[in-house]
Amino acid sequence: MNVRPALLIASLVAATSLTPAMAADLSIGLKSEPTSMDPQFHNLATNAQVLENIFEGLTKQDAVQRLQPGLASKWEASDDTTWRFTLRDGVKFQNGSPLTARDVIYTLCRVPLVQNSPSPFTIYTGAISDVTAEGDDVVVVKTASANPLLPTDMASLPIVSADALGAEKTVTYKPDGKCKGMGDVPQSPAFNSPDIAVGTGPYKLDSFVRGSKLVLTKFDGYWGEAPAWDTVTMRPISSAGPRVAALLSGDVDMIESPPIQDIPRIEGAGFKIIDALSNRIIYLHLYQQDEKAPSITGTNGKNPLLDKRVREAISLSINRKAIVDRIMGGYAKAAGELLPPPMFGTNGREPDGYDPEKAKQLLAEAGYPDGFGITLGTPNDRYINDEKVAQAIAQMLTRIGIKTKVDAVTASQFFSRRNKLEFPIYLAGWGASTGEMSSPLKSLVATYDKETGMGPTNAGRYSNPAMDKILTEAMSTIDDTKREDLLKKAEQMVLDDYGIIPLHYEQTVWAMKKGLSYEPRVDQYTIAAEVKPASE
Amino acid sequence: MIVYLVRRLGQSLVAIAAMAVLVFVGVYAIGNPVDILINPESTQAQIAATMQRLGLDRPLWEQFGIFVWNALHGDLGISFVYGRPAMQIILERLPATMELALVALVLSVSIGIPLGVLAGLKPNSIGGRSIMAGSILGFSLPNFWQGMLLILIFAVLLGWLPAGGRGETVEVLGIRVSFLTLDGLKHLILPAMNLALFKMSLVIRLARANTREVCLQDYVKYARAKGLSSRRIVLVHILKNILIPVVTIIGLELGSMVAFAIVTETVFAWPGMGKLLIDSINLLDRPVIVAYLMLTVLIIVTINLVVDVIYSLLDPRVRLSEVDA
Repeated sequence: MNVRPALLIASLVAATSLTPAMAADLSIGLKSEPTSMDPQFHNLATNAQVLENIFEGLTKQDAVQRLQPGLASKWEASDDTTWRFTLRDGVKFQNGSPLTARDVIYTLCRVPLVQNSPSPFTIYTGAISDVTAEGDDVVVVKTASANPLLPTDMASLPIVSADALGAEKTVTYKPDGKCKGMGDVPQSPAFNSPDIAVGTGPYKLDSFVRGSKLVLTKFDGYWGEAPAWDTVTMRPISSAGPRVAALLSGDVDMIESPPIQDIPRIEGAGFKIIDALSNRIIYLHLYQQDEKAPSITGTNGKNPLLDKRVREAISLSINRKAIVDRIMGGYAKAAGELLPPPMFGTNGREPDGYDPEKAKQLLAEAGYPDGFGITLGTPNDRYINDEKVAQAIAQMLTRIGIKTKVDAVTASQFFSRRNKLEFPIYLAGWGASTGEMSSPLKSLVATYDKETGMGPTNAGRYSNPAMDKILTEAMSTIDDTKREDLLKKAEQMVLDDYGIIPLHYEQTVWAMKKGLSYEPRVDQYTIAAEVKPASE
Repeated sequence: MIVYLVRRLGQSLVAIAAMAVLVFVGVYAIGNPVDILINPESTQAQIAATMQRLGLDRPLWEQFGIFVWNALHGDLGISFVYGRPAMQIILERLPATMELALVALVLSVSIGIPLGVLAGLKPNSIGGRSIMAGSILGFSLPNFWQGMLLILIFAVLLGWLPAGGRGETVEVLGIRVSFLTLDGLKHLILPAMNLALFKMSLVIRLARANTREVCLQDYVKYARAKGLSSRRIVLVHILKNILIPVVTIIGLELGSMVAFAIVTETVFAWPGMGKLLIDSINLLDRPVIVAYLMLTVLIIVTINLVVDVIYSLLDPRVRLSEVDA
């Protein structure tokens, strides 16, 4: 009698080792957690990277942010303001109902109806004037004005199930949340239930215990490549040290953003490090609104930053290579643009060289042979080694005569103070969520204008009307080649004018067990569905 | 006793109100939560609309007035970040923290008192000296460092215990607890130990000092002279008399353990209230911060009250009505 169980176990072991598709679980340590399971509640990377496992958009961005077909197999612009999306055949939601045009219309309709959203998705739907269905498979989206980025925006707007959310048989689109046939729209807390949080993605929601863990299970009816894991557990471990410890002790299989200084140790313990250039540019912005710049001394009340020669001097005084090598430990790349080439709209401009002599000369020409005093603002917990980079820059600027003090504060304070224009010069970062040049240009350097919504993050208030004109034209040009040329031109104008000073592109790092592989993403997302067992 | 309780209650309300004002104004002064919560691609109009919806566009006094009015109606506001009632979010996290604090308390008392009494009875022996040396370490090593060291030794090097997080939970009377499952216990040991170390050292020192003092009292000498067994002397006559100060300290410390287990919770990624507070401060989620700290004051005040009552039970000389609160 004793032999049989042993045999049974032995044969079980043999069976499992023969089948490569055995029960496989994945557990990931993330540095933050989603604020809700509602894919339309909080429009921020933290939520998107997790919810992309459950929900999918009409389009999607691949690892280098090129646009790929998602739930729409193809799309085309029939005229400047009309887009036709053809839905993919045979896509089913996790509750079994098929994907139809009604789900897409419902999704777009629900966006303005989501209550208490800290960051609404209306930025993608605000310009949509009408959405209609042609049969079950074709969705026609009309926009108020030409919007070449509509298919890109659709990648950030996950499709929810009209059936699961209790819509009526027909849903009719009307702008500003006045759609017909919506039924009783569930609000975000309801999405903690797997019956409501129904998407088309490779994984289903199993349970979400806030602060503790999020568990996903495999969706067998997924239309694409079969998911690699039976269950995926994601745990928020916000502090870097404990996150590394969780990986080293085997609690989790993979972590995002290990601290750069710990990388040799992690590698030494037999783990794999994967890194790649991200789309995040770290830059310096300079106060250029008027003569009344805050915290500048020794200039008799003038604002030296209005002089292009001074701005150029600042750029030339920075030794980007030293920052990348010594402070970023090689996990960054010196930047000459607002987006790393060869992404859409880049020029291939080289980073400015390190030339303190020429910088001093330029300062003298501009009338500041003895320099001046300035305060450099920076967050100290937002970007990789942000405060250390700012300290290094302050020393470099001081060396050419611009006596620089660093004002480093926590992110929540920094962004508020920056938006109140309290810093004459500040360090910050920008990750282009669209993966192309109009994103940084529109937000960081276009003239600040509340009416048109241009330059919302231009807290240096740089203004170049000629550039604005080209950018506006680009943003309504549907033709990709023409649009790219315009964007290149606009970016070149800003950089030639030293309107903003690029420093470096961050490199994103992941650490994982040897048996895993992950194609690193430029948008810094950690998407569990794209973690695969390594082929050995 | 009733007069005493009513007076205490009144004081507590004043403390809670004062806390609410301070925190409300403090968080307002730090910055605008919309600046960090909103997608950076948003336009100025969308930012303004979000601020208006959260009520952040109004002047401070008006925001505070609305808050007070709602609070009087039992509504502490909706979290900026989660879009759900702040109190609900905090109470979700309360069981995890309570569990951690109570287990830590049990550990510190059950290990601390025997060691302290032992060190007090034989202050010059090797055992007594090493207990005291150990308690100095427990006192002076920073909490987060102890935590990291525990993780390094027991999770990374030895691999006996998990490095963090909360284990499997079961529902008991509608509350999710983890100390009843093996997985849950495994996850609980390290953080509870980390939280308990400091309190344990405190209890050891207190118990030792009191034991030494009580040993010299006449009634102990008399008991010895009477020929009572030393076991009875220690367990009945000494132990009971050193408990009063220990209970006071434990009471106060339990409050602070529940309210400020922040360091331990952060190091061990424990999903309790302390971690929620840190996250909320980083995101300037004012309704959660204010509600959390009000709840904290309430907990500490309540515990103090309970301690006073236990006091009167342990020492019949104490009359609550006479305590000058």
